[in-house]
Amino acid sequence: MFSVPMSREKFLPPSGLDADFWSLRFVDEVSESFCVRKNVPQPFTRVTDRGVMATVYAGGGYGYAATADTSSRGVQAALQRAAEWARATARYAIADSRKLPRPSPRGDYASPSVDTALPARQEWYELLERESLEAGLDPRIVDWEALVDVRHATHRLVTSEGGDVVQRFRFLYPSLGITAHADGITQRRSLNGDRGICQQGGFEILERFRFHGSGRRVAEEALELLAAPNCPSGRMDVLLAPDQMVLQIHESIGHPLELDRILGDERNFAGTSFVTPDMFGSYRYGSEHLNITFDPTRAEELASYAFDDDGTPAAKTWLIRDGILERPLGGAISQARAGLPGVANARADGWNRPPIDRMANLNLEPGDATFDELVAGIEHGVLLETNSSWSIDDSRNKFQFGCERGRVIEHGRLGHVVRNPNYRGVSAVFWRSLARVGNADTVQVLGTPFCGKGEPSQTIRVGHASPACVFTGVDVFGGED
Amino acid sequence: MEAYFESLVTAIDRALAPGERHATWLAAEDTDFVRMNRGKVRQPGHVAQRYAEIRLIHGARHASHAFALTGDAAADAGAAATAVAGLRDVLPQLTDDPHLLLPDGVNSSSETRGGPLPAAEAIVEQVLEAVNGHDFVGLLATGPVFRAFANSEGQRNFHSIATFNLQWSLYHRADKAVKHSYSGLAWSDDELGARIAQSVDDLALVSRAPRSLAPGKYRAYLAPAAMQEITELLAWGGFSARALETQQSALAKMRSGATLDPRVQIGEDIAAGIAPAFQADGFVRPAEVPLVADGALVGALVSPRTAREFGLEANGANGAESPEALAMSGGTLAMRDSLAALDTGLAIGNLWYLNYSDRPACRMTGMTRFATYWVENGRVVAPVDVLRFDDTLYRLLGDNLEALTRERELSLESSTYGSRKLESVLLPGALVSEMNFTL
Repeated sequence: MFSVPMSREKFLPPSGLDADFWSLRFVDEVSESFCVRKNVPQPFTRVTDRGVMATVYAGGGYGYAATADTSSRGVQAALQRAAEWARATARYAIADSRKLPRPSPRGDYASPSVDTALPARQEWYELLERESLEAGLDPRIVDWEALVDVRHATHRLVTSEGGDVVQRFRFLYPSLGITAHADGITQRRSLNGDRGICQQGGFEILERFRFHGSGRRVAEEALELLAAPNCPSGRMDVLLAPDQMVLQIHESIGHPLELDRILGDERNFAGTSFVTPDMFGSYRYGSEHLNITFDPTRAEELASYAFDDDGTPAAKTWLIRDGILERPLGGAISQARAGLPGVANARADGWNRPPIDRMANLNLEPGDATFDELVAGIEHGVLLETNSSWSIDDSRNKFQFGCERGRVIEHGRLGHVVRNPNYRGVSAVFWRSLARVGNADTVQVLGTPFCGKGEPSQTIRVGHASPACVFTGVDVFGGED
Repeated sequence: MEAYFESLVTAIDRALAPGERHATWLAAEDTDFVRMNRGKVRQPGHVAQRYAEIRLIHGARHASHAFALTGDAAADAGAAATAVAGLRDVLPQLTDDPHLLLPDGVNSSSETRGGPLPAAEAIVEQVLEAVNGHDFVGLLATGPVFRAFANSEGQRNFHSIATFNLQWSLYHRADKAVKHSYSGLAWSDDELGARIAQSVDDLALVSRAPRSLAPGKYRAYLAPAAMQEITELLAWGGFSARALETQQSALAKMRSGATLDPRVQIGEDIAAGIAPAFQADGFVRPAEVPLVADGALVGALVSPRTAREFGLEANGANGAESPEALAMSGGTLAMRDSLAALDTGLAIGNLWYLNYSDRPACRMTGMTRFATYWVENGRVVAPVDVLRFDDTLYRLLGDNLEALTRERELSLESSTYGSRKLESVLLPGALVSEMNFTL
């Protein structure tokens, strides 16, 4: 499947390019989607996406050009176009490209079990059909689907400084969603959210999340929600399950720590940040239990890699330690602009978009409490599972999140299920109410393939590993009735 | 591009075996993107992309392969033939699709609109000179966009449109900013100048000392850009026939009699937008699909698959059954009188990051953003720190709707996930007697 040109001679820059630096980032991605909805196999789709992004520094400017024509002629034309943009805008450039790093990375990367066999197409459909048949167990189940997306990607980055990196990925997104309806009430339950299960590797991912048997299990929970009372309202403790923690980390730690937001690049679209450059090194982001790492080394996690798309070597790095903010999520160019340290997180969602600062794997490090101990420590509260709604202001401060399922906790014991649980808060103070962090046994490695940001817009894969966590004094409420 | 597409389709036709059919979709663009910040250029570049999606059909079995095209006609013809052969190998592994629906007859069309456009480099220079001294941040996206359809029955549909879309914000400090845009099919230096001048004027308002409001219920005027955020949330399955049939639509209660204010009229108005008059399966779109009439849900967007599954009539909807040219009728309030009619309350220029807090109840939450002001006696008093609202559509555009503006604003979709979009909305502003703010 690897169609990226392997000979450097094929894409040496044209004579007369007159560039201070150039890079070529080839992307070859093949995906296949298998889905069974209401016991009917959905149309099979394969997507093959191949192209190259040329980036040039010239005359102090920066320019890029992307093309799916990876022939020698196509690549050279792209380099020329990128150089034209660099020179045309050099006098307006926000950063003098002559002072930017000129990476020369060498190395490679491969997802775990990247070459192991996967089920054949018919076997995928049979597997999904089994779960679908099990899910349709009651007339109140009105819609349901089981699916898996399989993606193979090869990225090769070549730079004028001799850099040459090849990274091979395989991603699997198994997903299952079920809608139940009766007496005017509709409830949806899923297996850790829409593509919340998204990892690198092979079939072991489905086994890790007990995909087999999930159709009936999730359907029964959807029916249980139909009969459940509305979530109570009031100020109380919340125990956030990992499949809600990932959203909480993503929206109210990940995005505000993105250095390009702090530098203002995103202010016209995704927004700014309540975090300012002077906070790094001293700001108390959360309680002493809060430890956040950028960790591209956890093999199965969705956004593990050896180099980012600018060629910066990736390593596990603490962003928040014992509650104190240490460094932002910023790639090499943003670091140079801001004069701050960062991480290897300049990433693009394909060959046709330039790298920008993104989350990759952003994890909350586990603590020491068992799940039972987390529950036992709550006098009055609610366990919240699986994100269903997310909204946060453009500075990433005032948030409101909803979950698929809740369970009341009274006097240290789990009680009945409640539907439509929501909670709201303010990032700048919410994390200071982090009272207890679950141990490694409570950790789940999840993520999303759908993180949107950027001008032009990009949707990128991010991973989040988190234990269950307890927060105190949270504003909780239910649905409309 | 039309000739190139025809050569690609010819190669696909030739690759078919007896009994096979195809339906092929093309999405292509040549775009200059220029990202700007602090009145400078952050990332300028060019993207040339062409994608074909070939669906091979044999009886009731079918499968698709979407792939990037190089632009070289001969190379792409070979890739298309290879794709057909690959799909031929897949079909025996599939079962008959009970929900396959293909167009009856042949409905060909060809439309080319827009342009010529100025060079992107010239636009950037003009913009940055005009905003010199201001904290300007935004994106220019300009160039031609193409959509095309062909099938083995001989149908050909081609849609070429050259557009520009300049979205920008002028910042005072922190999150205090005004947002404006200039988009369309025909560029005017004077129009750009007028809009930037308006931005600069508005910046003076947003630079006043801000006011923090306590949570509570306030009268509010929602400008068309704020209404756009609400309709974009509704577009997420709200008008989908499949979502309505399976009780997943946020508007499902309207099937049981819930209504909006009788002045609310909403429809899919393809004729008013820039989207193609055909969809990816080759179904032709009617010029207008009524969705809400006199406050009642009267229609839905029906894709071919949904039509087959639920025994409905397809009406040109895309596979996601999301609107591409949503239009809401105007009312009687002159836009220039909107603040006077508001009298005292919130004038909301933009909303942001909406989602459902209770989807079946169509209860939504979101934030104010950009130019949102506290108004007293019809005059702007102060910009307002961001507020979170949490309210139902049935209150906002139902019991609490006081007026819709007579004038409507056309907004071309500015997001560029994967590609430039051809969606648009045509919306009035709305005056509401009460809007619930919670944080």
